[in-house]
Amino acid sequence: MSKKNVVMRIKELKTDTALIKDLELRFGRVMEETWTEPVGPTPFPSITDLREWDHRLLQRYKPLYMPYCDVCCLCTFGKCDLTAGKRGACGINMEAQQSRIVLLACLIGAATHTAHARHMVEHLINKYGTRYPVDIGGINIEVEAPITRLVCGIRPKTLGDLEEILDYCENQITHLLSSTHTGQEGSSIDFESKVFHAGMIDHLGLEIADIAQISALGFPKADPEAPLVELGYGTIDSQKPTILCIGHNVVPATGIVDYLKENGLYGEVEVCGLCCTAHDVTRYSPKAKIVGPISWQLRFIRSGLPDIIILDEQCVRTDSLLEAQKIKAPVIVTSEKNCMGLPNRTKAPVDATVTELVEGKVPGVLILDPEKVGEVAVRTAVKVAPTRKKFKAIPSVEDIIEGAKTCKKCNDCRRACPQDLQIMDAVAEAADGNIDPLASLYDLCVGCGRCENACQVDLPMHSYIVKAGEKKLKEEKFKVRSGRGAIQDVEIRNVGSPIVLGEIPGVVAVVGCSNYPHGGKEVVEICREFANRRYIVVTSGCAAMTAAMYKNEEGKTLYEEYSGAFEAGGIVNVGSCVANSHIAGAAIKIASIFAKRNLRANYEEIADYILNRVGAVGLAWGAYSQKAAAIGSGFWRLGVPVIVGPHGAKYRRMLLGRRDREEDWYVHDARTGDRVYVGPTPEHLFYAAESKEEAMVMIAKLCMRPNDTTKGRAIKLTHYIDLHKRLYGIPPDDIDLFVRTETDIPITMKDEIHKILEQKEWKEGRIPDPTLLPRMIRKRKEEA
Amino acid sequence: MATAEPWQKAEIPGPTKALVITKPEVVVAMVKKAKRPILIVGHEAAEVDAGDKKAIDYTIRIAEAGKIPVVATSHIIGEFNKRGFQPSSWMSAVDVANRLEDLEWRGLDGLGQYDLALFMGITYYMEWVILSSLKHFGRNLKTVSLDRYYHPHASWSFPNLSVDDWAQSLEVIANKLGGE
Repeated sequence: MSKKNVVMRIKELKTDTALIKDLELRFGRVMEETWTEPVGPTPFPSITDLREWDHRLLQRYKPLYMPYCDVCCLCTFGKCDLTAGKRGACGINMEAQQSRIVLLACLIGAATHTAHARHMVEHLINKYGTRYPVDIGGINIEVEAPITRLVCGIRPKTLGDLEEILDYCENQITHLLSSTHTGQEGSSIDFESKVFHAGMIDHLGLEIADIAQISALGFPKADPEAPLVELGYGTIDSQKPTILCIGHNVVPATGIVDYLKENGLYGEVEVCGLCCTAHDVTRYSPKAKIVGPISWQLRFIRSGLPDIIILDEQCVRTDSLLEAQKIKAPVIVTSEKNCMGLPNRTKAPVDATVTELVEGKVPGVLILDPEKVGEVAVRTAVKVAPTRKKFKAIPSVEDIIEGAKTCKKCNDCRRACPQDLQIMDAVAEAADGNIDPLASLYDLCVGCGRCENACQVDLPMHSYIVKAGEKKLKEEKFKVRSGRGAIQDVEIRNVGSPIVLGEIPGVVAVVGCSNYPHGGKEVVEICREFANRRYIVVTSGCAAMTAAMYKNEEGKTLYEEYSGAFEAGGIVNVGSCVANSHIAGAAIKIASIFAKRNLRANYEEIADYILNRVGAVGLAWGAYSQKAAAIGSGFWRLGVPVIVGPHGAKYRRMLLGRRDREEDWYVHDARTGDRVYVGPTPEHLFYAAESKEEAMVMIAKLCMRPNDTTKGRAIKLTHYIDLHKRLYGIPPDDIDLFVRTETDIPITMKDEIHKILEQKEWKEGRIPDPTLLPRMIRKRKEEA
Repeated sequence: MATAEPWQKAEIPGPTKALVITKPEVVVAMVKKAKRPILIVGHEAAEVDAGDKKAIDYTIRIAEAGKIPVVATSHIIGEFNKRGFQPSSWMSAVDVANRLEDLEWRGLDGLGQYDLALFMGITYYMEWVILSSLKHFGRNLKTVSLDRYYHPHASWSFPNLSVDDWAQSLEVIANKLGGE
């Protein structure tokens, strides 16, 4: 482990030749000596240390800005109209403003993950001490923290070692945030470079949070056979007191599970979760249950099942307290970041707090001590449950019909709906006694509740939809594999070669939130399609839950149907949002473990390796949050393309390659130094697809890499062409750009492709040892 | 000048908003005046009803009548082919937007950049930001939304219309584009 800011003071030193007094030596950083791997060029990189790499990427993948708003309103000179070339009072133009907003979004995400990690590490150090070992997979994991090793150049061995990494993250986030102040940065491309830096820092924060909790909380450790746990409303036993945990930081939920276990109550009280806390509480205790993704918050609270609601941090509806009051369920908020205006009872006696909550003297309390949260939550739930009797805020069918008759038919509900669902028409049908059209909206609704806020006569539209879809809700009983954490080194060794050579056609990471354009079923279809095609499918976060929410004909979910190993045809749930670090980590470990590239503080070389050789693509089909933006930007810098759904266009900019610009697609051949055309591989770095069909074709396309062997390219082309034909109805028009040699052509498509190649006047190329980095050219070194 | 409000009410753009197409003849005149028009059709055009037809059917008639090259976005190319119509190209919505902002792009036929882009059938909120992008960075480009709902970031857009009014407007455009 490294040490920073080391100071040596020598009061007096006598030697044969001199007497030294009051000598003081200061070292910025002392790196670990026992790690023989040489320190690469960029340990703990500053904002500008990787700027050259960023600019290389941005030269090929230029930003397409899609402003969400024509004005800037960040200072009192504003609002400034930046339309079509105008500059604001500070001199900023629209490109810079958009990239600045993207940076702010990514910093919000990076700060959130880093603060989450800081809280987690501090909590675990308080509980287990600074010397508690980092262990995320025993002998199966030698590279315990690939992102940390890559970025910082250090190997964390203990929880205490993680603090320095967080110091670095916090430092960088502060610098980056300062650059968004008026007058700090004027170049959109440099803002974009900072976006990449924020993303890289975000990945560090993710990694620290997850390896800390895996190490100390007994989560599955890189286990392909992590337990199958229960998911869905229908899995919750409504006869039992129910504790609902919402958010992303599992620490308070562990306090609840511990208290239940210690007091012999586990099994008598239901513990369930929404969003990533749900993932992590099942990693802590497989008896806990997942209700569903973020979009299930309103419907589950209003169902009346929860007897107490525990809120931690991130992606928690800010009106949760109001919703809880509707069902007479008390609330405990547990994070300094999310106090909800509630009185602080962290130091109050437990008995008094329980009494306050049970008697309804306060709607909720703030408790920052997780053990106390556990006791208060359980005791309150047990006492409240018999009197609440699962009091719900869902109307009866009769209420819906009567309410629907008061509808003014203004259509504001539909016009407020992010999915443009035809709510007013469904309500009109309900007024005539038919609630089936409302029920048909259930699967498509993202649960935002905007329809209700828009309603001129205050109809609880979302509750109408939930009631109409109640049968479906109650039938939600699924199995999801608990988040396994990291990918084992041996798994990387097994798949490293076929991935890099292209014989496993790609790694598809289906991640992110649940703002899906047409419901969650599309996520399941995408996962199944690519698993059947022998891609490695990795899931995390809300998308990992959604992937479990549909069954096949045999009544099995994807996780029951497919292997949980990181292998061709596997569907691998790594865990919560912070477990996305293991997806980046797997790509990094392919370079390190399989290809034996030096990892230590060697970011640029490894990112260059991944961009050119590792056919990995992220799909965040329902991404909505700033955290998702930060996670995506970490992947961009690492050379992994990310596809988002149509809502993702609202992130305000894409990073798009131009396949029609031949000059953009040359690489260096590291063997010879030649510049070699490799085609648009991968064509884009950040891309919004209109439809599921488009996303699927693009996934197959973006898995192609310059380094693919002919066999590998033929396999990847087969999938790309096959999907294109099936989903678009015709073969792709750019096949010639991906065929480098005759042997790249899939054998079953030879005649067809030859015709296309002839029409396009295709000429055979060659397969280089690809790199964007001139310093990686070996011939030049030999000549020198 | 007529005013309109965005279909999704919170999608407030800023000081520069689309002029409202009060008569479909405005579109006809714009297409006829344009030197290099292009029609971009998203996947929803095959799903959305416009009277007794699908919106895609009108795009084919408009393209043929006005001799306008068509870019099919997403996966709608197959629907055009089923109807015996061959678009000039197919590419994603973000790709075509990206090219329309490049003054050096030579177009689908190699003859140069376009001066008028007509849009229909891309999901409302996605088309919204694409039109915004073109408003800000499509330097010599005018945009027209042929969708049923008001798109404030276009240069010209229909207001929010009933299905019948929309279909009638598209009918007029298709008919009059073919005439003198």
